[in-house]
Amino acid sequence: MRMVLAWVTGMGAAFLLAPAVYANGWNMPVGVTEISQDIYSLHMAIFWICVVIGVVVFAVMFYSLFRYRRSQGAKADNFHENTTVEVLWTTIPLLILVGMALPATATLQKMYDPSGADLDVMVTGQQWRWHYEYLDEDISFTSSMSTPGTQIRGEEERADEYLLDVDNPLVLPVDQKVRFLLTSDDVIHSWWVPDLAVKQDAIPGFVNENWVRIEEPGIYRGQCTELCGKDHAFMPVVVHAMEQDDYEEWLADRKEEAEAEANSVDREWEMDELMERGEQVYGSVCATCHQDDGSGSGEFPALAGNEEMLDDVDWHIDAVVNGVSGTPMAAFGGNLNAVELASVITYERNAWDNDTGDVVQPSEIQELLE
Amino acid sequence: MTPVQKTVTRTVVVLIGMFFFAFALVPLYDVFCRVTGLNGKAANQPQAMSNEEADTSRYVTVQFITRSSKGLPWELEALTRQVRVHPGQPTEVEFAFTNNSDDDVWGRAVPSVTPSEASLHMRKLTCFCFQEQLIGGGERIEMPLVFQLTRDLPEDINTVTLVYTLYPVDNDNVSQQVQTTSLEGGDA
Amino acid sequence: MAPKLPPQHTLEQSSATTTAGQAQEHDHHHGGPTGIKRWLLTTNHKEIGTLYLLFSLSMFFIGGIFALVVRAELFQPGLQLVEPEFFNQMTTMHGLIMVFGAVMPAFVGLANWMIPLQVGAPDMALPRLNNFSFWLLPVAFGLLLSTLFMPGGAPNFGWTFYAPLSTDYGPPSTTFFIFSLHIAGISSILGAINIIATILNMRAPGMRMMDMPLFVWTWLITAFLLIAVMPVLAGVITMMLMDINFGTSFFDAGGGGDPVLFQHLFWFFGHPEVYIMILPAFGIVSAIVPAFARKPLFGYASMVYATASIAILSFLVWVHHMFVVGLPLAAELFFMYTTMLIAVPTGVKVFNWVTTLFRGSITFETPMLFALAFIVMFTIGGFSGLMLAIVPADFQYHDTYFVVAHFHYVLVPGAVFAIIAGAYYWLPKWTGHYPDERLGRWHFWLSVIGVNLTFFPMHFSGLAGMPRRIPDYALQFADFNMVSSIGGFIFGVSQLLFIAVLIKCVRGGEKAPAKAWDGAEDLEWTVPSPAPLHTFETPPDLTSQAPQRH
Repeated sequence: MRMVLAWVTGMGAAFLLAPAVYANGWNMPVGVTEISQDIYSLHMAIFWICVVIGVVVFAVMFYSLFRYRRSQGAKADNFHENTTVEVLWTTIPLLILVGMALPATATLQKMYDPSGADLDVMVTGQQWRWHYEYLDEDISFTSSMSTPGTQIRGEEERADEYLLDVDNPLVLPVDQKVRFLLTSDDVIHSWWVPDLAVKQDAIPGFVNENWVRIEEPGIYRGQCTELCGKDHAFMPVVVHAMEQDDYEEWLADRKEEAEAEANSVDREWEMDELMERGEQVYGSVCATCHQDDGSGSGEFPALAGNEEMLDDVDWHIDAVVNGVSGTPMAAFGGNLNAVELASVITYERNAWDNDTGDVVQPSEIQELLE
Repeated sequence: MTPVQKTVTRTVVVLIGMFFFAFALVPLYDVFCRVTGLNGKAANQPQAMSNEEADTSRYVTVQFITRSSKGLPWELEALTRQVRVHPGQPTEVEFAFTNNSDDDVWGRAVPSVTPSEASLHMRKLTCFCFQEQLIGGGERIEMPLVFQLTRDLPEDINTVTLVYTLYPVDNDNVSQQVQTTSLEGGDA
Repeated sequence: MAPKLPPQHTLEQSSATTTAGQAQEHDHHHGGPTGIKRWLLTTNHKEIGTLYLLFSLSMFFIGGIFALVVRAELFQPGLQLVEPEFFNQMTTMHGLIMVFGAVMPAFVGLANWMIPLQVGAPDMALPRLNNFSFWLLPVAFGLLLSTLFMPGGAPNFGWTFYAPLSTDYGPPSTTFFIFSLHIAGISSILGAINIIATILNMRAPGMRMMDMPLFVWTWLITAFLLIAVMPVLAGVITMMLMDINFGTSFFDAGGGGDPVLFQHLFWFFGHPEVYIMILPAFGIVSAIVPAFARKPLFGYASMVYATASIAILSFLVWVHHMFVVGLPLAAELFFMYTTMLIAVPTGVKVFNWVTTLFRGSITFETPMLFALAFIVMFTIGGFSGLMLAIVPADFQYHDTYFVVAHFHYVLVPGAVFAIIAGAYYWLPKWTGHYPDERLGRWHFWLSVIGVNLTFFPMHFSGLAGMPRRIPDYALQFADFNMVSSIGGFIFGVSQLLFIAVLIKCVRGGEKAPAKAWDGAEDLEWTVPSPAPLHTFETPPDLTSQAPQRH
């Protein structure tokens, strides 16, 4: 019996703790969009309804357990079946459910709003990074996790944004309706930012749609939420929401950079330049699978000393640009520009004692891409 | 037959039925998608133009997005990235396919429409996406898409996005692929 | 109304079973197969039931070790013990083994032991098929476990094996995984056929459908669910097999297929499957609660109807597992409403159990403790299920630890506690001895503490934004995970006490009479404890009896 009492106390404590707990931020974030706030209210409303039902049901249960102990001389009654009671406990929950369904339906209808957007962003999931394309702006870039392996392996102190930081965040303006078109190049991924209350699967061959109107500038972090292979834990989503002016400035800088890069395609690049740029690109795009030292892992072949690759430049270029069918190797022709492709290929052919001395010029790649 | 045998026979019949039902769900799902527009599946066959007058009171933006995929050295480009059309008005847009390799290669463009409700109202009169294509080494060809958005397109939809993703088709298996596709009633 | 008298036939019956007991000795004198061969070739429902239960127990420990590998890695942020590839194999194998290897066979084992005893039948309807369906299981799971040692490792795509991760991107062992699932599926199907045939045809004269114990009823409905959905699973994995090995493209967008179709087919099987894992648990709890409250179940008929409604609804809710795949508004609304509806019959069940306790005469032996914990924690899992049904909120909960918390609450303190409660409840019948009450209580309290420490914090880590199936996590989830891991180890280690209880109980202990619990009413308590190998060779005649239930 003491155990039952302990149990009751425990349950009571749990219920008392619940409000304290959610005040401490262990709860769903309220978020920074109208929808996320609606969802939060919905979540709390259902939570409290469940708590109330739970308290009533468990109170009756524990009262019975306490009051009708045989050790205290309780004699069993023999009553069973009572149509009134049974009808009541079927209809009352039904009514409560209707009460829950109404606001849920309203919120859902609000979320399904196909009206035109101010900005369209195509989000493509790739093992294991996100690719963003601003449809009307001719800007696109890849966003990979920037947390170094040394932190993951515990060789270095973990930063506050451990596993939730990327090299190129998605930059969005506030107070604008941004439409996301989501798809994937390989397996199913799912793009989620809790503060924006957007979670949508990215499915290869199909396109999904979602939208957001962010109300406050800030940096919002999320993760891929659909198991997508070994580095599923390592493809964070970071959204940087800015005031319109800052956003436009960012956009202009980004375009300028892209233009400068496009102009540099035609000139002859030095080996050193290519190696330096290639190392960056390799670190953000290739190293998750082929490792920083080119040693490969599991089904991902080593690039250091890889004869198939080193013997045949054309095969190497084709593999990087068009991917390798039947393997996880993706096509990077659409995601990286000519400079990035040329430099990363040059880097792979000369890093880690590969030392072929081959230099692949951006102009060669550009020709291939056209 | 004993009662036990009777029961067993009946359950086995249900079992076999359910196994084939699972396979029947594949084409059923496809039909279901087409009828309801679920999943943004577009028709895989040319449709007749619906003879209705263009609704000039209303504009809809149609965007075209093209994507490559691994293992297919092609490039697909929408020569018009975006058009503004009246519902009911047939429109032609051109797409350019380029084979960047030296070999003849088979491939196909798989369409997806979003918002998915719009796929019911997107009639394709001509489309390169209905069949696999063979493009010679280094060749560039332009192919048209002629489409019409029907006038009953829901009022609140004012942007429709059509995405084409290129997929390689195994050269040796082309005929087999075509067959499985038609068996499954798959999308072209 | 006067308290119900024990069934009238008790005396008659025990004399019948004494002769049965002698008949069994008779068999042994004439040198039936002994040693391993006896177990390999047995067609006796009790021996096969024991085999199922032992198999399930060993799978429970293997699956549990996989879970502990997962929890050990998640004890702290960072990658310490295993690589992500192996971590994914562990989560996948844990799920597959627990669902198909531990929980389902445990229920089939209990069904084998108890259904013939509860309906007054001498054995299952198809004893040789029964032997075959059991022996398929070690083959299936031997094959599945062997994939751990294959090049490329074991399946690593989650127990839901979504295409194309499992088809185009799966390890080479995927074909073996499909094969083992086929074998396990055939085993379940054969088991279900046998159970249906037994229940429909072998009931004692005079036992009408509405006289059957609830465990029998829930199992009958479960068996129909199995017959309806296991072939769909077989179909799905056959399609996967063809996509992987024969160049079809059911689930490959490039060939005209659709990866989302996989999810629809999988969950069309998968949702009824989760009820397959919980309905028999309802049956067990519905036997134990009245027995220890010494009061008839409040609403027998409404329990039967509630179970049937849950089974029917289970075919109409599968899309709630895939609210974020991108569906039209109408579909989301339809499946939200059907999912919410499930709360009604489930509520009816909980209310029935609670009302049964009201004005009873309650004692707290170990089976009752587990059954009561089942009611409380299953209800908590039900609440989080209701929250998950609300589509807009589900967009935030989906594929986070909130979901992990939800389904572990309904499966561990739900299904697993019910199985353990059933084991404690029927152990006197199986072994002739009461299980050690002191050890049982230790086992219970440590399990309850372990389970809640493990799974309660998962609600918080999920709400705070931690996705499922990740080997490493951001720093704000660290405290929750540490608590979960500690709880996981407490729960895991305390299950060793269960083994101790079982061994002790088989070896000796307080002798149990035929009716081991004074409030227990069903037919199994009319045969001696331990139940002799052959029982009810002459069926008990219940025709003369007043109807037991309404």
